[in-house]
Amino acid sequence: MAVQEFVAPKSLPEAQGIFANDGSASWLAGGTDLLVGMRLGMRDPSRIIDLKQIPELMALEVSDDSILIGAAASAYDILHNSEIGSLCPGLADALDLIGSTQIQGRCSAGGNLCNASPAADSIPALIANGAVCRILGSSGERLLPVEDFLVGPGKNALKADELLVQLVLPKPMLGTSDAYLRLTPRTEMDIAVAGTGVSITLDTAGVCTAARVAIGAVAPTALLVEAAGQALVGSKLEDEAIDSAVTAVRAAASPISDKRGSAQYRTHVVGVLVKRAIQRAQARINAGAKA
Amino acid sequence: MSTPLNKLPIQAVINGEPKMFLAAPGQVLADVLRDELELIGTKIGCNTGDCGACSVLVNDRLVCSCLVLAAEVEGQSVQTIEGIADGAVLHPVQQKLLEHGGLQCGVCTPGVVVAAKALLDSNPNPTEEEARYWLAGNLCRCTGYDKIIHAVLDAAEAIREGAAS
Repeated sequence: MAVQEFVAPKSLPEAQGIFANDGSASWLAGGTDLLVGMRLGMRDPSRIIDLKQIPELMALEVSDDSILIGAAASAYDILHNSEIGSLCPGLADALDLIGSTQIQGRCSAGGNLCNASPAADSIPALIANGAVCRILGSSGERLLPVEDFLVGPGKNALKADELLVQLVLPKPMLGTSDAYLRLTPRTEMDIAVAGTGVSITLDTAGVCTAARVAIGAVAPTALLVEAAGQALVGSKLEDEAIDSAVTAVRAAASPISDKRGSAQYRTHVVGVLVKRAIQRAQARINAGAKA
Repeated sequence: MSTPLNKLPIQAVINGEPKMFLAAPGQVLADVLRDELELIGTKIGCNTGDCGACSVLVNDRLVCSCLVLAAEVEGQSVQTIEGIADGAVLHPVQQKLLEHGGLQCGVCTPGVVVAAKALLDSNPNPTEEEARYWLAGNLCRCTGYDKIIHAVLDAAEAIREGAAS
C-alpha cells in the first residue's frame, strides 16, 4: 500500500470533511515523525492531509492573557518569535534541543505532543507552562490540559475524528519564568535520558506563589508532579523546599531500564535536573526583576 | 508495492527557475530532485532525517529533503546544491572547503555546503560553537569535522570582507 492521495486543505472545515471520510488518512504537520514512520513501515496512510495551509494551525499569537501556538507551526517559527522566546525561555530551550537545525525547520510542538514520546523534549515544558490543547472534532471543540492529552507511549487522547488545532498557554505573569533541562549522553542529536520542565512564580519578596514541575523520559508519559510544585509554594526556594520537590519527583518517576540508562540512574538524574531547573527559573526571574 | 497512477503536477521554483514536474502523493522531495529533475547533487544517506546529506532550502528554510513530500513544495522555492555556486564561481563555503580539505568521500559535502550557506545567510559572524551546533545535523564520517568548521568560519570571514570592500 502506498499513499494514494495528498491534499492540502485551506480551512479547518475543509480538513475535517476530508478526514471524516477516510479512517486511513494521516495529518501531516512537519513530517519528522510521520515520514520516518512510513519509511520504517510503522505508518501506512493511504491519504495525507497537509495542515500547513490552514491559518489556525500555523498561528503564533501573544495577547494580554494568553499565548497561542498553532499545532503545525515549526520549532523554527516559534523560536524566531521573539515574544514567545522571551516569555517562555524554557519552552524555547526545549524546542531548540529537538533534533538538528534541519529538523527544527519542520518539526512542530503540536506534532511532538501528538507523537507522545515519553522522552519528547517540548512536552514537559508545555505542561510546566500550563498549556491546554484546543481540539476540534465533528461534535465541536474541546479543551484538554496537555498532561491529560497523553495516554501512553505513542498514544494520545485524540479520537478518530479529532484534530489538535492549537496549544494555548496562559501568558506568564510578572515574576514568572520557566526552564527545561534534559540529560543526554551527547550534546546534540540525541534523546533525553531524563528531562524536566519547571515554571515558577515569585512575589517581590522572593516567595514562591505558584509552581508547576513536569518530568519526561522517566514514566510511560511526561508527567505533571503536583506534589513537587506544592513543595515549593510558600517557600523562598530554600534547600529544604527544593529537596522536598526533588523527593516528590523521584517518587513519581517510574522509568524503564534501557541502553540509555538504568531505572535507578534515571530516577536519580531527574531529581538533579529538577533542582537545577528550579534554580535556573529562579535566576531568570531575578535577572528580569533587575532589568 | 503498487505504483500510484495519480501523480500530481507540481509547480515550484527550483534554483531560481520555475519548474513543473510530476510527483506521486507519497514521494519525498529528495527522490523527485534526483529522479525527476536530475539534480543528483543532493545525496541521500539515511533517508530518516538523521544525516543531513539531503539538506536543501525550502523558502530559505534549511530542511532535510528526505522528510519533505514533493507535493508540499507546490508554489514554493527550493534551493539545492546546484543553485549555490554563481556559474563557474564557487560560493565562499565551497571554495574554503576545497582550500581546507574539508571533504574526503564527498557524500556529506552538498548537505554541508547548503547548511553552512543557510547559517551564514542568517548569521554572518558565527562563533565556532554556533557553527558546530548549526551543523550538528550534518554527519561526516571522514573528516572529523574540524576542517569543515574551519572552512565555514573562514568562509564567513571572506564573505564579511567581500561585503566590506
